[in-house]
Amino acid sequence: MSARDTILKRLRERMDGPLTAPESNFAVVTHRGWSGEERLARFEAMITSVHGEVIHVTDSDWTATLADVLNRKSIVRLALGREHPVAWAAREALAGSGIELIDVDRDVESWKREQFERVDAGLTSTRGAIAETGSLWLWPTPDEPRLLSLVPPVHIAVLDADAIEDTFFDVIEAHRWADGMPTNALLISGPSKTADIEQTLAYGVHGPKELVVLVRHTSRKGA
Amino acid sequence: MSAQSDSLHTFTPQAFHRQAHDALGNPQIRANFRRAMDGLMAKRRDVFSDWDLETLRELGANIRLRALAKLPTLLEQLEANCEANGIRVHWAEDGEQACRIIRELCEARGAKSVIKGKSMVSEEMHLNAHLEAAGITALESDLGEYLVQLNEQTPSHIIMPAIHLNTDEISAIMQAKTGTKKTRDVDYMTAAARAQLRERFMAADVGISGVNFAVAETGTLCLVENEGNGRMTTAVPPMHIAVTGIEKVVERLRDVPPLYALLTRSATGQHVTTYFNMISSPRKPGERDGPEEVHLVLVDNGRSSIYQDDELLDTLRCIRCGACMNHCPVYTRVGGHTYGTTYPGPIGSILMPHMLGLEATKDLPSASSLCGACGEVCPVKIPIPDLLVRLRKEAAGEGRGNVKGAGAKRSRKEVAAWKSWQWLATHPSAWRGSTKLAGKFSVLTPSRLGPWTDHRTSPKPAKTSLHVLVQQHQAQTAPSAKLPAKGGPAKEES
Ligand code: SF4
Repeated sequence: MSARDTILKRLRERMDGPLTAPESNFAVVTHRGWSGEERLARFEAMITSVHGEVIHVTDSDWTATLADVLNRKSIVRLALGREHPVAWAAREALAGSGIELIDVDRDVESWKREQFERVDAGLTSTRGAIAETGSLWLWPTPDEPRLLSLVPPVHIAVLDADAIEDTFFDVIEAHRWADGMPTNALLISGPSKTADIEQTLAYGVHGPKELVVLVRHTSRKGA
Repeated sequence: MSAQSDSLHTFTPQAFHRQAHDALGNPQIRANFRRAMDGLMAKRRDVFSDWDLETLRELGANIRLRALAKLPTLLEQLEANCEANGIRVHWAEDGEQACRIIRELCEARGAKSVIKGKSMVSEEMHLNAHLEAAGITALESDLGEYLVQLNEQTPSHIIMPAIHLNTDEISAIMQAKTGTKKTRDVDYMTAAARAQLRERFMAADVGISGVNFAVAETGTLCLVENEGNGRMTTAVPPMHIAVTGIEKVVERLRDVPPLYALLTRSATGQHVTTYFNMISSPRKPGERDGPEEVHLVLVDNGRSSIYQDDELLDTLRCIRCGACMNHCPVYTRVGGHTYGTTYPGPIGSILMPHMLGLEATKDLPSASSLCGACGEVCPVKIPIPDLLVRLRKEAAGEGRGNVKGAGAKRSRKEVAAWKSWQWLATHPSAWRGSTKLAGKFSVLTPSRLGPWTDHRTSPKPAKTSLHVLVQQHQAQTAPSAKLPAKGGPAKEES
């Protein structure tokens, strides 16, 4: 008999007989009842508490702020997608700025070393965020692959303020994740860190040392 | 790194008592653990302060129980969904078989170098030593695991593998093994490790990781981490092999958030970890990175035998948060290596006897004060103290006898002594006679009674028994009072 069949048989022919499954009540992980403002404040407080940097921008001025951030952090080589509106707008705004825009829409094998060694920052969109824990959620795509948010030392993520939900449970349920999971789904809460050396926090151990979140608000007329 | 296997033999569960003695005499070890564990306990307390913790624990326990109740069906469902997503699933009855499967997968790809994310199951099956023997280098990429591996040791904690080392010790290890400068600058050491490991990530042919939760409903593998090494391991090399115990499966995706919330907060007092990585397939056509091949190895290694028994089953609820060790007065004083097993502390003491048998591990269930701290903090409400008592009974040959090596601690002398006591206690005249004799010859009783007298003086029977003293006293103060007809301590109730 194969290992599979032996294991399953042992589990099925349990000495103490069949087990019954208790009911689960998920109320404790949902129904926070926060207002939009509370959600935003909560998200910001949580992600900054783990070393994430939050900058509030509007959908009309955000690329200017992006340019400032790049400037301030002396980032000259920025990796980004092409198709997503975030990447598209950033490319438009940064053209001719002296920032080298690095394409990520090619197979990693052809530029692994370049990506690991020559890129200063990666720019990605996000699908949304979670207020309770200060987490971004991303589903990497061919346009914005998995390593874009991991390999460069700085990760700049663009988040729409109205895409913040209360809890992880709420996100999974509201967006029906179970109906079709992508190759890779991700929560990111702050930059890479470790406390493995005598409990002392250090950032950027394998992934980015810095995480900058540009929270985009819809610009109101006259504002 | 071949010394990895040597170090496994440095500490053994059989030598628990000697190792505990040594650890207690080592002020460095005691200080390193004490400081770390005190901090972790405080952080955990704070992070749950605004939560209805009891309700969340209840939910966590329910989710795990439901998964176990449906375990064989969920494993089949997980397999079917993974395969449909393009993840190949393999089954292993024990660690050796799992090692062989992984080695063969590596060999089929002509792999020479493997990069590893944190995986306690791979420690449990001594995967690194197995791969080294086949000429494949396996490098740990979690910083703590990397340091422990450089130091030719095994992890001393399931969440913080290098917790037994302090900054100076780590600096010395890195200097000796990688040529970094001697320093107390943690950022410098972290940056050095980052540079060393980045080369290895790029060069690795295979990435091997553990799994925190495997979702049957969608065929998804969930990984919890802070460093990003887990993401690197599962995204950079062309092949990813995930290895997990068969109990890690959960039924639905919605079961994940409560368990994740409990895991991060219980483990390190964090609201959330930096990364939560959910993998459902290999790289799809058009995708630019991620492995071309993903494999899942499901390991039994004693778990299906724990599964047989209603009481022991609770052990399989464990989500490997390590909170029970952080709060254990024994673990915090002797440290993880003392146990001589892959999983140390309270969870190790209830898990390892099943993996190694009670012959080797009979002292572990006794390495507890039964203070109950482990059971109180366990996020999925495993009644660890009850299980420790159950395994003590099994070790003494008084349980159901369905644990490997049951009765290993049964001592013929002890059994004979209790048998005779039982007989005496139920035969009043023999009892009275023997207590009289014991009093008379009390000088002859031995001054040493095995380990019990290591830290205690041996008891001497009194010249006159309490029973007789009470009789005399009552005869003096109340001459008319009626005395009980029968004596003997076993006759407290009829
Ligand atoms: S037994 Fe409970 S407290 Fe200990 S590691 Fe497992 S889940 Fe955590």
